Amino acid sequence: MGLLSDPSRRKVLTGLLTRLNTPICIVCYLAGIVWFMGLAFEPFTLRTYMSENAMGSTMVEERFSSGERALSLAKEFDAHKRKAGGMPVEWLVKAMQSRGLEVFTQSFSRKLPFPDENKERYMVRGTNVYGILRAPRAPRTEALVITAPCSPGNTNNQAVALLLALAQYFRNQIYWAKDIIFLVNEHDLIGTQAWLEGYHHTNITGMEYSPLQGRAGSIQAALSLELSSDVITSLDLVLEGLNGQLPNLDLANLFYAFCQKLGVLCTIQGKLQRNDWDTAEGYTHAAQTMMLMVLKQACGRSWGDHGLFLRYHIEAASVRGINSFRHYKTDATTIGRLLEGMVRKLNNLLERLHQSYFFYLLPSLSRFVSIGYYMPAFGLLAVILLLRVSFPGLCHCFSVSLQPSSPGVLTVLTPVVISHLTGVALYLLPVHLQEMAVEHFPVSETEAVVLTAIAIYTAGLALPHNTQRLLSGEGTEQGWKVLKLTALLYLAVLLGCTALINFSLGFILAVTLVPITASITPHMPKALYALVMVLLSPAFTILYCVFIYQELIEAPVSVSEGWMLFLSVISQGILDHALYGSLVYPLLALFIYPCWLMFWNILFWN
Amino acid sequence: DSDPVGFDSLDLNERRGRSTDAELDRRDGTRTSEALTPAAAARDEFQEELVIRPLHSGDIYASFQFRTLWDTDFLQEGQKVSHYRLFPKSLGQVLSKFSVRELHISFTQGFWRTMQWGQPFIPSPPGAELWVWFHDTVSDVDGNWKELTNVLSGIFCASLNFIDLTNTVQPSASFKPLGLGNATDHRFLRYATLPREIVCTENLTPWKKLLPCGSKAGLAVLLKSEKLFHSSFHSQAVHIRPVCQDEQCTSKAWELRQTLNVVFDLYTAGQGKKEWSLFKMFSRTLTEACPLATSSKVYVDITDNPELFELSPATPLLSQAVVLGDRRTYSVFDLTRAETFGQLRSLNLLLRWKGDGEMLRPLLHAERYVAGFGLQTGEIHTVIYNNHPYRAFPVLLMDSVPWYLQLYIHTLTVTSKSRDNKPSYIHYQPAKDRHRPHLLEMLIQLPPHSMTEVTVQFERALLKWTEYTPDPNHGFYVGSSVVSALVPSMVAMNTNFTQDQPLFSSFVPVKEESSYFVRVYTEPLLVNLPTPDFSMPYNVICLTCTVVAVGYGSFYNLLTRTFQVDEPSLPLAKRLANLIRRIRGVPLLT
Repeated sequence: MGLLSDPSRRKVLTGLLTRLNTPICIVCYLAGIVWFMGLAFEPFTLRTYMSENAMGSTMVEERFSSGERALSLAKEFDAHKRKAGGMPVEWLVKAMQSRGLEVFTQSFSRKLPFPDENKERYMVRGTNVYGILRAPRAPRTEALVITAPCSPGNTNNQAVALLLALAQYFRNQIYWAKDIIFLVNEHDLIGTQAWLEGYHHTNITGMEYSPLQGRAGSIQAALSLELSSDVITSLDLVLEGLNGQLPNLDLANLFYAFCQKLGVLCTIQGKLQRNDWDTAEGYTHAAQTMMLMVLKQACGRSWGDHGLFLRYHIEAASVRGINSFRHYKTDATTIGRLLEGMVRKLNNLLERLHQSYFFYLLPSLSRFVSIGYYMPAFGLLAVILLLRVSFPGLCHCFSVSLQPSSPGVLTVLTPVVISHLTGVALYLLPVHLQEMAVEHFPVSETEAVVLTAIAIYTAGLALPHNTQRLLSGEGTEQGWKVLKLTALLYLAVLLGCTALINFSLGFILAVTLVPITASITPHMPKALYALVMVLLSPAFTILYCVFIYQELIEAPVSVSEGWMLFLSVISQGILDHALYGSLVYPLLALFIYPCWLMFWNILFWN
Repeated sequence: DSDPVGFDSLDLNERRGRSTDAELDRRDGTRTSEALTPAAAARDEFQEELVIRPLHSGDIYASFQFRTLWDTDFLQEGQKVSHYRLFPKSLGQVLSKFSVRELHISFTQGFWRTMQWGQPFIPSPPGAELWVWFHDTVSDVDGNWKELTNVLSGIFCASLNFIDLTNTVQPSASFKPLGLGNATDHRFLRYATLPREIVCTENLTPWKKLLPCGSKAGLAVLLKSEKLFHSSFHSQAVHIRPVCQDEQCTSKAWELRQTLNVVFDLYTAGQGKKEWSLFKMFSRTLTEACPLATSSKVYVDITDNPELFELSPATPLLSQAVVLGDRRTYSVFDLTRAETFGQLRSLNLLLRWKGDGEMLRPLLHAERYVAGFGLQTGEIHTVIYNNHPYRAFPVLLMDSVPWYLQLYIHTLTVTSKSRDNKPSYIHYQPAKDRHRPHLLEMLIQLPPHSMTEVTVQFERALLKWTEYTPDPNHGFYVGSSVVSALVPSMVAMNTNFTQDQPLFSSFVPVKEESSYFVRVYTEPLLVNLPTPDFSMPYNVICLTCTVVAVGYGSFYNLLTRTFQVDEPSLPLAKRLANLIRRIRGVPLLT
């Protein structure tokens, strides 16, 4: 190949890269940020369109008319819920049976690793009730799921009632090709998790549940319904699921199409669509919507009951009714019709939803940014790490360190191992040491867990500075270079993999980690740089995200409130990992934080 | 070695006639009288029957049976059967051409809900099922089978031609011949299901054409597709087998049994009102029997009367029969008698529901599902329930799994009451990729009042890209597993074979009083295999073309380029001199 490429010209290129390394990195960083912000600009996005033929051309006609009956049913349900002091299982079973469904129940129990203070629960015991509407002349191979959580207090009665009303209406129709499962789950996500694990006969989170008696084949799609008032002003679509998974974009398109058809106001991230993209306000609005989606996706938790379905390759979304002070109201019949239309379209599916995108960002419901458009933003940030690797000094020491007799490998190994052990401690100790912490300090279990996590995190900063000196005397110039090289490559791989699975998380981490990791050397003013590094560490990233999120949902918080939110976010992250298998907490504790510690080590090399 | 565990208990091939001295006497009498009557010369007869059974769930089960009996032998050497009267010629020719001894084919749309409906008279799995016993003179069974499926596919307008070696199995014990004969060599048996087959009008029409009266007269006038396919369950079948001509089994006759089972959903059809009539169900009433039929009857199961429903018009004719371990009472309407039709000259049965049904607890019940998530591995769970309060009984479980689910047979577990339940017989034939499916047969003892779970793990194969169906994201079907058992009966079964027994109770021969034969099919499975994004080929082509162009181009360049030292050109005088030297044949100057 040497004959085709001119070696001298190549030399010029490498020379240019080495000479202009820092300016190129800065340009890349800025370009990455600008690119990302540009994604929300409407001319750069694509209009959403229905890819699935089975759902496209044929509009179904909606005839659901018993919205009023659903509302009176909601009152009845409310009364029975109060009387039972929780889920009125018997009443629900009877109600479903009288509507011609095959009804089954599942009981489950789960002891949380530590009390959940947001939802005030520790020992969770509950029952799921589900009824299966058997499709005529169908062999029980495919099913659709509609769920409504049975929430404590006054919330969500209308959702359960509408679910029952829909069941009654659907039972009298003849066009069903897939069985329809109506699920009322208790204790929101825990109930859903128990039901899904029961349905698929798996146990990944240590839940105790009774086995399911009735099944209906492989579930093709699921809709979760949340509705707490008789009339609503708009419907909000929630897509973000566990670990930042998203359902197929066609599901969002379907919702949007029916909202348009029935004249229902629809929002995403609670934000209405605006038409003035060419004004500054219009752009800001789109950018805020997209930023909200990025933040929600990055945190890796399930933002509705639908989120847990995604692991099982079931396309799912939550539809949430919102009642604000707008004049324009939508009644229960219309919502019923909307759901009827969506379910009928899903019933028409010949294959699983697969035609449209699985990786996307939505600046509004009618516009989307596909993976091909947003990935360059991340790529521009990630390339900085690789450019720093090709920095001549680093390249040279890499070839030196490859020689087996060189001390380089050993000096690198100790900080790497120590950083990772700190990470393991951060991952394991908070939950396991809570009892001891509660004994010795006047805190609750939840506080104990969070404060232990923060303590270990902080202690990690003090730990590993002097190890290489103990081992090989003075920290050598070459030593830190090898360490930096390793750390840069490690970070590049980590962020790359994260961004492939959960773009938002990868991007947010890259934005904060890349600048400091790229520029760090031991020859810098220690105090200043230590401060900057701490301010750009993963924990502070979470803190910033909390503030930005509150700002974006128009509920700004003071510093102390923000701090409390930050603590609860950490405890929720640990709980999500234990209860549903969310991977953000282990990723941060076991990989990102140790990697950041390695850079911290470089700063204090001598 | 074909019968290692003694399947005698499940062997159904016993002659149905039990000769006693008294019967022998009677036989002589009937033979002489048969020889004298002209009707006996035709030696074929046709019976039709409709059973209506209100189900506990509030649905209505209607089961049609049409039986043609013909005292002839298709398989006899040198004798060509050419004159057909009642027996359909298309099927007769198939029987003799392919040396078929027994043929069972069913087309089913929907799944029989055992938990709500109890046991059907003749069970069938969703989709198409075909099983054939060939005569033991056949040398190339696979060849015959392939041709036969193609011919049947034409006769029934169905995609039976998709049956090939990759979905055909030879069960060793689950499918014994139901007719005469003592075949145990399962080399002559072929069994295949097509779970994806969709049954519709196009399959019903050819099926109706096989009837002697077509759909012109008799019970068949009720078979209107717009109503039959507006139901919860639809199943049509053809069963051909050799049976005894009479009680004593002196000669063999061929029996063609056409059955059609349909379950109507009162809930959707009645708009909440729980009453039905023949007219409501079929949009026709009965006016006459098929003139060619020797018997034509409608049975209505009134065992639960009058608590659950009332029937009009009432009939004085009652009949008792023991069906599926249960003694049932039927009102009988004989269509060959004029008074059945009354003054209006039409019979329209009317039934009004009063009560509300509950879930049944059938003695034997099975279901199946795929556990796990992700596209790499999974686990098939088959759950078999024995709801008998105190009796244990053995069942034969047969599973035929396509090759693209690679079973890990070492993970096979059978547990009852959370204890390991070792099957007393296992017949496992591993799959060969792209050639043959897995076949797993097990004899499992079910403890009383228990749930037995059979699990086996599998890995999903990555298919070649041409092997995917046009809709690969729909998933791939795995046919129903089959549970066959002799279930202990609560009442004594009728082991006597009599001609006037209703057809529905005489299909499966009963040989002991204490138990009855049941076959239960589980639901088919829909399994997703790892599916490439089929827009990928385009990307791959682009990518490979680029790689080839750049890589190959430069290598080609490198390999074929000749390296020469550039020589300065000679002066004009030397070139002229060389020209002259070449002519002279002298070495050239350089």
